[in-house]
Amino acid sequence: MSDKITHELRLMSGFEMPISTLSLLKADGSLHKGAKAPKLSKETALRIYDTMLFIRVLDERMVGAQRQGRLSFYMTCTGEEAAVIGSAAAFEDKDMIMGQYREHGALRYRGFTTQQFMHQMLSNSKDLGKGRQMPIHYGSNELNYMTISSPLATQIPQAAGYAYAQKLEGNNACTLVYFGEGAASEGDFHAGMNMAAVLKCPTVFFCRNNGYAISTPSEEQYAGDGIAARGVGYGMKTIRVDGNDVLAVYAACVEARKIAVENHEPVLVEAMSYRLGAHSTSDDPSGYRSREEEDKWRAVDPVLRMKNWMIAKKWWTEAEEKTAMENYRKEVLDTLKATEKVPAPALGELITDVYDKPDANLENQLASLREHIAKYPEKYPKTAASVNGEEH
Amino acid sequence: MAKMNLLQAVNNALDLAMANDKRVVCFGEDIGKFGGVFRATSNLQDKYGRARCFNTPLTEQGIAGFAIGMAAQGHVPVAEMQFADYIFPAFDQIVNEAAKFRYRSGNQFNVAGLTIRTPYGGGIAGGLYHSQSPEAYFTQTPGLKVVVPSTPYQAKGLLLAAIRDPNPVIFFEPKRLYRAAVGEVPEDDFELPLGVAEVVKEGSDITLLAWGAQMEHLQAAAGMAEAEGISCEVIDLRTLLPWDVETVAKSVKKTGRLLITHEAPITGGFAGEIAATIQDHCFLYLESPIARVCGLDTPFPLVHEKEYMPDQYKIFEAIKNSIHY
Repeated sequence: MSDKITHELRLMSGFEMPISTLSLLKADGSLHKGAKAPKLSKETALRIYDTMLFIRVLDERMVGAQRQGRLSFYMTCTGEEAAVIGSAAAFEDKDMIMGQYREHGALRYRGFTTQQFMHQMLSNSKDLGKGRQMPIHYGSNELNYMTISSPLATQIPQAAGYAYAQKLEGNNACTLVYFGEGAASEGDFHAGMNMAAVLKCPTVFFCRNNGYAISTPSEEQYAGDGIAARGVGYGMKTIRVDGNDVLAVYAACVEARKIAVENHEPVLVEAMSYRLGAHSTSDDPSGYRSREEEDKWRAVDPVLRMKNWMIAKKWWTEAEEKTAMENYRKEVLDTLKATEKVPAPALGELITDVYDKPDANLENQLASLREHIAKYPEKYPKTAASVNGEEH
Repeated sequence: MAKMNLLQAVNNALDLAMANDKRVVCFGEDIGKFGGVFRATSNLQDKYGRARCFNTPLTEQGIAGFAIGMAAQGHVPVAEMQFADYIFPAFDQIVNEAAKFRYRSGNQFNVAGLTIRTPYGGGIAGGLYHSQSPEAYFTQTPGLKVVVPSTPYQAKGLLLAAIRDPNPVIFFEPKRLYRAAVGEVPEDDFELPLGVAEVVKEGSDITLLAWGAQMEHLQAAAGMAEAEGISCEVIDLRTLLPWDVETVAKSVKKTGRLLITHEAPITGGFAGEIAATIQDHCFLYLESPIARVCGLDTPFPLVHEKEYMPDQYKIFEAIKNSIHY
């Protein structure tokens, strides 16, 4: 704590330490005057951009598929691709990523295949999560991407603990945790931030401030200077970036990772962006925000901005863009179609993984259920066939 | 063997767990240098260093979330909630996160190493918020194990087993017995199996069932009943989730009567679950209704603590009513 003493009674306002937003790239893809681009190889830039294109296609096609009734639910990343993918690119594969739910771009960047996405969204027997969670609740142990859970902000104190354990292990890895500005109102946010700061955890807290929590605008979510001000309050190194500027996001996250791993301390990054799509396929934003507001943000589209920069650097062409989009559209639709034929997980998976192994009580419950389904097979079409053919 | 009270047995178990596995880490409010408000973690910071035994900020949800994160990484956190009455801010982390971690990921991730220790129960003039027995809130959560020791011997053996069990465990410690219960405890490392009840005393007229601090009242009541010629079989459940139906059902088939007692309010308490299961298994063997001697359906009162408690006299009366039904 500061030991400065004053003899003048004066209250500070909540905005006396305004936090600037790091912005490097203009909408046309050129750098701001005086801005210094981070070291970003052509290979990494292409990988980031390629991931952005894939996610745009996936989001567009899966919303369509949801509308056709081919999957139950979907959430898009549209508008936040630079924030999510640009940040993930600044970390190493050994670093753990804990997402909220809108960060499939980070998972794709790590190497999750189109097929793996489809298996999860269709809750089939090849889904790594065994069909237990709603679509978009991905997870991959192999890719160090923690399985998504619906309750908001629970991953934040977990990320502090995970990173503390990484520090004890001493392998120079850290944890990157994503959350929205809405989730930052949850108690778990404050608990996790404070613990990480006090216990010196190598955690990078990445806030996607996308303007909305479902329908609630950020003005109705908090009164202070955004989420970044809280990082300062917790005694944490903090930066606010233009979340639609992939170079600013990447540069900030490279620095954040370095601080986390080398100094063993947490960093907060607040990325200012906008959720261009609906919260999920279950809501319609026209009921709570204007078309004009959306258009304003569409004009500073993060993918277009990166494309302009890539073209200016002669790392990308319109022709390549056209081919990539066509290929991804075909790949996504073909994979979706083929995956629809993959069967549901066997009934026995209902009781596995509750504990390390099912106990007698669970085995008995499953046996009773099998007997019941065998009596009413037409009422349980998903599993009736497997009950008849399956070993007990 | 050494004479230990229940606190010393807990401390001894933590000490051994930390000595034998460097992944074991203890943390919670005031547990560092001070050794915890009850001193369960005395000397552990001196012995194993601040990185492995440390104070946390005052945030139960943070402690639980932090522990889950550590366990997911492969460490073995033993987190302390200072009082079970204060576990509720951590409820979401325990119920929605720890309990479902393995299931929701298709066994890609787990919190195998997680143990949450917390002192529970009344009888220490603790009033509403230092007396509760919230075990039943957790027994309805698949994925958790819920363990309650009643003696120093059990505290050590069950805690070592809980720490090493490949599932998240909530370990409720009967704080009224922390110093009051003294017994012989092996000095070496040993474990008692989770999910297995202990038949403390065999008998033929009625089965008496409890766990944790309530065992003391139960055994006193059994003594009173025996003096009147009623032969009591006394069972200590030890683990509530998953619970040992077989041992209890076998006993009830023999005695034809069952009495269950716990400190928590009767409505929605774990005795109801046991009664429902046992009548299902033993319907034709029962000579009288299954009796429950539990706390009242009130908050835990300070001034009327003695009246609230399901003590040996209330249990003794219920035994006689069951026998003379």
